[in-house]
Amino acid sequence: MKTLFVTLAAAALSLAVSAGARAQTVEIEYWQYFFKERVTAVDALIKTFEAANPGIKVKHTHFPYAQYQTKVAAAVPAGEGPDVVQLYYGWLEEYRKANLLAPLPKDQFDVAAVERDFFPIVKAMKADGAYWGLPTAVRSMALFYNKKLMSEAGLDPSKPPTTTDELIAQAGKIVKRDPAGNTLTAGYTMGPVGQDHHWWREILVRQFGGQAYSDDGKKVMYDQKGGAAGLQFYADIATKHKLTTYGFMDETQAAFRAGRAGFHIDGSFRIGTFQGVPNLDWAVTELPSHNGVKSNFASYWVNGVSSKSSGAKRDAAMKFLKHLTSDDAMQLWLKTTGELPAKPSVALSSGNKSDPVYGPFILGLAYSHTTEFVNEAKQRQIFLDMMDRVSLQKMPVAEAIKIAAKEEQQLLDDHFKK
Amino acid sequence: MRAWYHARTVGQKQAVWAWIFLALPLFFFIAIRLFPTGYTTYVSLTDWNLLRPKNFIGAANYLRLWNDPIFWQVFWNTFKYLLIGMPISLVLSFLVAYYLDQVRFLQGTIRALYFIPFLTTAAAMAWVWRWFYQPVPIGIFNLILVDLGFSQQPFLRSTSQALGSILAPAIWAGLGFQVVIFLAGLRAIPETYYEAARIDGVGRWTILKEITLPLLRPTILFLVVVSSIGFLRIFDKVYNMTVDGKGGPLNTTRPLVLNIYQLAFTDYRMGYAAAQTMVLFLVLLAVTVVQLRALRTK
Repeated sequence: MKTLFVTLAAAALSLAVSAGARAQTVEIEYWQYFFKERVTAVDALIKTFEAANPGIKVKHTHFPYAQYQTKVAAAVPAGEGPDVVQLYYGWLEEYRKANLLAPLPKDQFDVAAVERDFFPIVKAMKADGAYWGLPTAVRSMALFYNKKLMSEAGLDPSKPPTTTDELIAQAGKIVKRDPAGNTLTAGYTMGPVGQDHHWWREILVRQFGGQAYSDDGKKVMYDQKGGAAGLQFYADIATKHKLTTYGFMDETQAAFRAGRAGFHIDGSFRIGTFQGVPNLDWAVTELPSHNGVKSNFASYWVNGVSSKSSGAKRDAAMKFLKHLTSDDAMQLWLKTTGELPAKPSVALSSGNKSDPVYGPFILGLAYSHTTEFVNEAKQRQIFLDMMDRVSLQKMPVAEAIKIAAKEEQQLLDDHFKK
Repeated sequence: MRAWYHARTVGQKQAVWAWIFLALPLFFFIAIRLFPTGYTTYVSLTDWNLLRPKNFIGAANYLRLWNDPIFWQVFWNTFKYLLIGMPISLVLSFLVAYYLDQVRFLQGTIRALYFIPFLTTAAAMAWVWRWFYQPVPIGIFNLILVDLGFSQQPFLRSTSQALGSILAPAIWAGLGFQVVIFLAGLRAIPETYYEAARIDGVGRWTILKEITLPLLRPTILFLVVVSSIGFLRIFDKVYNMTVDGKGGPLNTTRPLVLNIYQLAFTDYRMGYAAAQTMVLFLVLLAVTVVQLRALRTK
């Protein structure tokens, strides 16, 4: 009888304790788009976070990429949705202006420390003296090459091109055409679906002596210096050197994946697309330099805290953000998703730098630039239209550049006057 | 309530029940048709961008639209789809139905074959056609052209050929539906008219012109209206067959609906998109009214 009583009392007590603990549990919600490896990585990070912070529960929600931006844009203003949210860096400005984000408190995210610890491209996330979001990982670009096609063309697969001239020369040996001149195997991939607009904007324009935008990002400058020469170089790949047909096989990565292209420039997120493809013997190297100039384009997704949460939830959200941007999280992210750590101290470890696949991307980070897009999709479209004018309408490059610069300046002006 | 109901006359009771049964469709009509239409009208007068609260800006969106060259290009594209697509699809489907009606052998099978594309998922079909149009070595049309000794055609990568290239699968996919409707229309014409005509020794062409086509008038009217609305609202094929679903190259294939979608859901310019939606609504209304009047039986 006595034992029974004690057991009952203990049970009641433990119930009361757990109820008390539950009352103190803060639940926060984290949103990102669905990409299998990213979801796995966040699930792992939530587990370690919850183990270290017993009072906090994190609910992880994800959507297909195509709906992601619309859902975030609809939910956050309505006071629904996430406490911590993942945003493309190019969207942050718009969200910040709409008062949907909370600045990261300086006592937890010291501005000087962020600037010391993270890659300088993260500066785009700073406004009004505070940071509004931080990335776990960053992405850069590199040159993928098909080793088998190189050997077949009599090239040494251990000596991929290091300059644009070498790229043109080597691609010229790989390209195969039928008697009518139609491309069968491309030397270099080129087409509207791909990352080449970044290659031109932040790399070629600089290598030809210019800069695509003013330092404050408010003025288009590619119509002055470097832009036309860079675009001419790019267009020449198809027209003058005949290394491919613009739009060959619809999507550039599809041509490379199918083993029908020698060289292909793309982002680090593409590694997974090529890994494990049967009969595709590929490797990757740093982007070719030109005129002795090396450049690269880096982009990233940031984690921000939504302005809707307050009190204990806000504190928990900040804690979780801190966890997401910790050194351990970054190394885990690299191993799980293949995306590069956002801090040089983590990224530039000797193990990472000498990795045959990640290495070239990580080395590229050291000299990379990031475009301060106001509307990435629109600005990309302006580049694609410019290339269509050059390749379909045979418009001279200088004229096409002028039209594009005018359109884009209008877009920037509309954005900044608001 | 019960006393009130019992005090009603039979006619009033019937009216009460009629309203009760009508309430559900009426509710749906108001909630799903009328309210969104009214709300869109309101949004078209604001600068709403989804992220910030709406500001009333009067007719500014309509003024902007008037001065927007892309809007006019897109507007004209939309009519190209209609003016090329509608007549071609009607003539083709009538020809198929007319001859199919005279075939007895395997008629059901042939009809089913025509109908299958109509049942196919538009996105999957559009992607298959997108690959058909690719340059060699993967595009089947170009492979055939090159084999026959012709030069490659750019198809979707051309400012002049792209619209036609997108229209082709759209016509093909809608053909089955129109053929079936035409067949039903043809069957509904009483056999006695034809017998009488044949006894009088009238030729085939005259029978077609004087009996078949006039008696098919309601069928033709229905198909003209339905297919016009279909071509004016073309979206899925363009979205799936052009780069990034943008209706390129250089906006030459972008129809109004796709323009509205892009404005609303990639640029979040809800107000401006709503203004263009109102224009589309008025165009659809006008086209339908004109067609109903023009083809009305006298």
